[in-house]
Amino acid sequence: MDLKSLNKINDYVWEIPKTGEMRVPGRIFASERLVSDMDEKVREQVMNVAMLPGIQTASLAMPDAHWGYGFPIGGVAAFDPKEGGIISMGGVGFDISCGVRTMKTGMTREEIMPNLAKLVDELFRRVPAGVGSEGLIRLTPSQIDEMLLGGAAWAVQNGYGVEEDLEYIEEHGRVEGADPSAVSETAKKRQYRETGTLGSGNHYLEVQVVAEIYDEQAAQAMGLKKEDVVISIHCGSRGLGHQIGTDYIRALADAAQRYNLPIRDRELASAPIDSEEGRRYFGAMSAGINCALANRQVITHLVREVFLDVYPEARIKMLYDISHNTCKVETHTIDGKKKRLYVHRKGSTRAWGPGRMELPMEYRNIGQPVLIGGTMGTASYILIGTEEGMRQAFGSACHGAGRAMSRTQAKKRLHGREVIKALAEQGIIVRGHSYSGIAEEAPEAYKDVTEVVEATHQARLARKVAKVKPLACVKG
Amino acid sequence: MDIQYETFEHEADIGIRGFGETIEEAFSNAARAMYSVMFDISSIRPVVERTVTVAAPDTDLLLIEWLNALLALSDIERMVFSEFEVKIYGGRLQGRAMGEPLDRKRHGAVVEVKAATLHMLKVERIDGGYVAQCVVDV
Repeated sequence: MDLKSLNKINDYVWEIPKTGEMRVPGRIFASERLVSDMDEKVREQVMNVAMLPGIQTASLAMPDAHWGYGFPIGGVAAFDPKEGGIISMGGVGFDISCGVRTMKTGMTREEIMPNLAKLVDELFRRVPAGVGSEGLIRLTPSQIDEMLLGGAAWAVQNGYGVEEDLEYIEEHGRVEGADPSAVSETAKKRQYRETGTLGSGNHYLEVQVVAEIYDEQAAQAMGLKKEDVVISIHCGSRGLGHQIGTDYIRALADAAQRYNLPIRDRELASAPIDSEEGRRYFGAMSAGINCALANRQVITHLVREVFLDVYPEARIKMLYDISHNTCKVETHTIDGKKKRLYVHRKGSTRAWGPGRMELPMEYRNIGQPVLIGGTMGTASYILIGTEEGMRQAFGSACHGAGRAMSRTQAKKRLHGREVIKALAEQGIIVRGHSYSGIAEEAPEAYKDVTEVVEATHQARLARKVAKVKPLACVKG
Repeated sequence: MDIQYETFEHEADIGIRGFGETIEEAFSNAARAMYSVMFDISSIRPVVERTVTVAAPDTDLLLIEWLNALLALSDIERMVFSEFEVKIYGGRLQGRAMGEPLDRKRHGAVVEVKAATLHMLKVERIDGGYVAQCVVDV
């Protein structure tokens, strides 16, 4: 991106001035290097979002922003229904509520190492992953509706996990406003055997070790020490979520025309929040969020079972669960006034600062844990939300590394078997269902997550607490 | 035309492109391109047939509807496809997809396609025929 087209606010905040039909300015949070490496299309997409009715304060891009579908990936925008605000399918994407969940194990690296290979083999065998994998649960249409209303709470009621898990999930594992009647039969049929499956692509299950602590106090509140072993899963709402996206991109692209919305790009597929189409999408998308939360909860249960079989002394407790493709109703203070806004985060993690009553007790004074996934060879990060992030970005942060190589390039240059061998030499065990899939997801195919996290920290969107490194990775 | 289908590069996902002397043939080949992202399609035997009917106000959207209907069908019926036949009448498409039940190992499953998107979506005339393309979200 051409830096001359931006106003530098400080070393980590860049403004796209409000011009033409933009209702608000654009704002990019990134280091000079990250912002100059961003595609010009990111700027264009941030500007397109800034033109949408009811947008508040600014159209935002996180440090890992790249060219997306309508919204940039890494795009954040909040809309007020009272000011004609819209809801956009492009601001959520196809993998509704894709996210990361991290669990503590109560064990250290030293304790885990003797049986690590066995653990990974069992996780690989018992947690369904990869193209066409099937979950152990089969859901009838009425059970699917219950799951869409109940989210992770539904899963716990059905024996997948414990009540305490729910406290450590955004909205306690279940968003309000889900409307199963707005979800198509096709979407529900796709979910019939997919609950409790990891998926493929960049989704993973990792056994990780805490390699570094940056903030002792926050780490203590989270119950994390150096050398502790944690497990992270990255996955989303499976076939049901994808089908909701597919169904509503058409419906909302049509609605945008009907309501004469100033849409530059039909991928922004939007409708007024206060319209039949907008309400239906919100209801379906919220059901998709609950589906993703139920999915991660069922996987948590499987992980727990496997862990206890291999290490009877393990105690799997939730650290937190975040979603990075959502639109949620949140209260934010804009120009001194409290407003109820529809906050879209497309490839961005909610990062609420301290003091929010919605956070579990342990985190209320430090801020919300923000889980940022890296690659299977590098590192992932745990951060916490900040006051400044609330003011600057509706409490939002980055979501991951972003690709450096296209999938085609990665497959041409790298081979799955060699990637596995190279990682094994670094002491990282990788199990996957596809060698090509592993080549596409090789660490070399991604940008450096550390730089993205550093920019997030420096821009004060969220503060670094810990770095975790993979010991083992299960890929779809 | 020499090339029937191909994939093209995209930053985060992957583009698919089908060529043909007619729009119908380009649509069939675009479907093959999409399945080639997910599987080794040379391993998929065209022994079972399914039919798909979709409609859309323009040819671009018809391509997306076609590809997404196939993805849903594959997901629901656990089927994979390698050969396709398409007929377009006005805004309606009737398609036949030939394949077999999914066998993850034998079909060389690589990655799931979540959806065919409107991104870089294009159905147009080129020298000697038509091209039909879009980016798929993986």
